[in-house]
Amino acid sequence: MKRQFALLGSMGRGGALTKIHELVREMPVSRVMTASVFTLPPDATMQQLKELLREHRISGLPVVEDQALVGIVSIEDLIHALEVQRLDAPIREFMTSSNLVTAHAQESVMEALRRFEKTGIGRMPVLNARHELVGMVTRGDITLALLDALQELYTEAEAYQARPQRFFDALESESTSLQLRYRVEKGDFARGGDASAKIKRALLQIGASPQLARRVAIATYEAEVNLIIHTHNGGMILADIQPNEITIVAQDSGPGIADVGLARQPGWSTATPEVREMGFGAGMGLTNIERCTDKLSIWSAVGVGTRVLMTFSVSPQEIGEQDAG
Amino acid sequence: MKVRDVVEQLGWRVLGGAGGLDAEVNGGYVADLLSCVMAGAEAGDLWLTLQTHANIVAVASLLGVCAIVVAEGANVPEGTLEKAEEQGMPVLSSPDPVYESVAQLISLGV
Repeated sequence: MKRQFALLGSMGRGGALTKIHELVREMPVSRVMTASVFTLPPDATMQQLKELLREHRISGLPVVEDQALVGIVSIEDLIHALEVQRLDAPIREFMTSSNLVTAHAQESVMEALRRFEKTGIGRMPVLNARHELVGMVTRGDITLALLDALQELYTEAEAYQARPQRFFDALESESTSLQLRYRVEKGDFARGGDASAKIKRALLQIGASPQLARRVAIATYEAEVNLIIHTHNGGMILADIQPNEITIVAQDSGPGIADVGLARQPGWSTATPEVREMGFGAGMGLTNIERCTDKLSIWSAVGVGTRVLMTFSVSPQEIGEQDAG
Repeated sequence: MKVRDVVEQLGWRVLGGAGGLDAEVNGGYVADLLSCVMAGAEAGDLWLTLQTHANIVAVASLLGVCAIVVAEGANVPEGTLEKAEEQGMPVLSSPDPVYESVAQLISLGV
């Protein structure tokens, strides 16, 4: 089935874009960097470097002396040493030690990305405020972290969409509700369920969870079918959708129920054999309604009519987490 | 497994609502009493029934079942199939009784 989230869907995406922007500007490099980094002192030999690079399948590492970054040595420097057959030489002779491009642990990934862009390098040592080496960061680290954060955002956005409250948040009034009215004709089995389907669609459109929409749809359908089967002249279905509560009223002008208590008993029905043949009149309608509603009240008087009032509270489970408000 | 796969593997006929054949099949439910279906069928279920009037499409759509299977090759009225087209709710026809139809579904792993 199609899920219709047009209204809140667009709101959710707009929010996500702002959030991505915030993320890039606010996420510190320390959150995306690799903190456990292989280092070598400047006195280590190029031979030692070769073994470390091969063993860990890395292409370069920072050179550290007394916790301070003194250079960067890469696989290219190693090739250079191999060419001149100087694997026994100390790293300090081959490493890059001037104009080192570094990132700071507390700067934003946006600034780090700009530096990657400007210099064309693939990785940067990350220094803390005391200029000590605390990690390495690559473009890939940033991309992965942003993707993770995006995934979180989408999950959040989905929960966001499951909140009828959001639809109402944009509207200011003392008390806001959305009212839908449907006329149900007696004996109109062909259109039976139309009102319920429209109410369900409306609920999904304003962001109700599929579970809530289903609960309301089942109860409304049963009430709608009762109007079709049992009334003299059909009736009305009125839906009143509020941020924390949905009420559905099904009312008609007769014949009325003689004994409401009896009618509420599972299996009790006055439906004709013809109607039963169609699969209706199992005497389970009111039982189903009771199961789906949080409150059900039935008023009826023989010769006057019946009014079925169904209340659905919009529970926190059905509207997602409350905190991100 | 999609409704389409069930149709292909069991050779059931698609009478209407072919627009919904790509829905996933999560399970099955059998009943002819609509209130039972309302109470028991889950979204994504295949609903096997002998009912054929137009209201079965309304019930199926409200519940979000993936398809209606009319067993015993029962004749389905045009009005029902029109509704099914409208809603994209597949109406499948199994030539076998409900019991055998269910057995075939179970052999497919539904």
